[in-house]
Amino acid sequence: MKTITKLWASAAICGAMLTGMAQADPHPTAELIIEGELHLATRAEPPEHLGGALPEIYSGWLFRTDETRELQMDDFDNPGILFTERGLDRWEMADGATEQSCADCHGDVESMAGVRAVMPKVNEDGELWALQNYINNCRTERMEADAWGWRSEPMKDMTSLISLQSRGMPVAVHMDGDHAPFWEQGREMYYTRFGQLELSCANCHEDNWGRMIRADHLSQGMSNGFPTYRLKNASIVPLHQRFLGCIRDTRGETFAEGSPEFIALELYVASRGLGLPIEGVSVRQ
Amino acid sequence: MTRRSLTAACTVSAVLWASAASAEIAPADVVWEDEIAIPASLSGAPGDPDAGRIALSSRSVGNCLSCHVNSDMPEHDFHGDVAPPLDGTGARWSEAELRGIVANAKRAFPGSMMPVFYNDNPADYIRPGNAYTGRAYDPETFSTLLSAQEIEDIVAYLVTLTEW
Ligand code: HEC
Ligand code: HEC
Ligand code: HEC
Repeated sequence: MKTITKLWASAAICGAMLTGMAQADPHPTAELIIEGELHLATRAEPPEHLGGALPEIYSGWLFRTDETRELQMDDFDNPGILFTERGLDRWEMADGATEQSCADCHGDVESMAGVRAVMPKVNEDGELWALQNYINNCRTERMEADAWGWRSEPMKDMTSLISLQSRGMPVAVHMDGDHAPFWEQGREMYYTRFGQLELSCANCHEDNWGRMIRADHLSQGMSNGFPTYRLKNASIVPLHQRFLGCIRDTRGETFAEGSPEFIALELYVASRGLGLPIEGVSVRQ
Repeated sequence: MTRRSLTAACTVSAVLWASAASAEIAPADVVWEDEIAIPASLSGAPGDPDAGRIALSSRSVGNCLSCHVNSDMPEHDFHGDVAPPLDGTGARWSEAELRGIVANAKRAFPGSMMPVFYNDNPADYIRPGNAYTGRAYDPETFSTLLSAQEIEDIVAYLVTLTEW
């Protein structure tokens, strides 16, 4: 009983503090317009499967500073665009024993429009694959070239280029049928309190978005902006590298980038953003 | 720190020194009162509020400011706000209760986001890591997030936070 009364006392100051403090994020009015032309929605109705856990869904873009947000509005200022340009060179470059390029089979890279939006996706063998798996499959099976590492420069370039072709298209991952067991696995992971700090993704990104964890503004942890150019890393950061960092910060043992666990988590996290558009290459600090 | 507690601290550490720290209570042996409170010092020695102030704010020790605002520490930037402010916590809770909260807040607040600072059993965690390396824990080095004495120091500091 005593505990309850005291909790009320702290809840009261907590409430006072929250209303008294400027809640800077998510930005209430900012609009993401690329090059003054392409309007990308950063707020959307939450998908039904969230059951009201989030009142509205927000792009991570809305939680960043004015300077960082502006970088993403201009392709000349967005350092991620450089990766897509290198990606285009690679798209046309013959490689491997068959001496073929991506373009030889796929034609113009615009044929990849919509591909990023449905990733990760179950393949013909019933496995859940991320975009990186599909790219490496073409390289090893069709081109007889070496697979690219998940964090390698060519993989960052190519995933950035392919994502850019879906910029503005809504996230369109599947949750049912073949995808259902993977989605369930990812959902389970999202609510698991990992590590010695016992923190789940939901503890930070569902229960506390909009608040500060020390110097960091917590967003809803959406994945529609990936791959992301992170100013802190001065490079493209693939989604699994982000997952790895978030689990490491719980003093937990992470999963490997490209592991089946992280691909399942990728599917579930993407499904929380159903309604938001792919941002191609976003910019975050 | 008052002269009285200084003397007490010196006396106790002298005794501790003599008995080779046998007065420390291991996490599994902690005796709880009313489910949420720990009446006895975990280290067997009194806490030092000045050391506690430093331990609480230090990122590599308590890192409590990552979640809590504490108005008594304006010299530190970036207090988190996912938890209630620590202001006045010494007026709301007894010393034994504060010790219980810092050692295992999930007893007073079931399901709390606040980590358990005094548990060295890796089996109680899901995929515990080796500190912040992202690798699996090492059974040789896995330990509590805070030492018994660090908890005593932090509690000694928290009881001074009576203004809110
Ligand atoms: C020898 C021909 C060939 C080459 C070379 C090739 N691909 Fe493919 N790729 C295919 C075929 C066939 C498929 C499966 C059918 C489809 O989805 O188009 C495919 C599928 C894909 C997919 C999955 C598309 C989807 O919607 O599921 C991606 C992504 C892809 N390729 C990227 C690449 C990239 C990047 C390169 C160059 C590094 C490349 N491919 C080189 C033939 C090729
Ligand atoms: C201790 C709190 C914490 C936990 C637990 C946590 N994250 Fe994060 N996460 C952050 C912070 C801080 C950032 C950077 C700021 C932001 O976008 O929220 C971040 C960023 C992200 C982003 C990038 C968002 C963007 O728009 O750039 C994704 C995606 C993400 N987290 C997913 C996850 C997933 C999945 C989990 C569970 C495996 C997880 N996080 C667990 C704190 C956390
Ligand atoms: C990951 C976030 C987090 C961290 C780190 C954290 N706490 Fe907490 N703490 C909380 C939350 C959340 C509560 C509120 C209880 C609840 O509802 O779970 C709380 C409650 C408390 C209370 C009771 C507050 C009151 O007066 O009602 C005290 C005291 C406290 N914490 C002390 C500490 C100390 C000391 C540390 C560092 C050793 C610390 N906390 C670290 C999240 C945290």
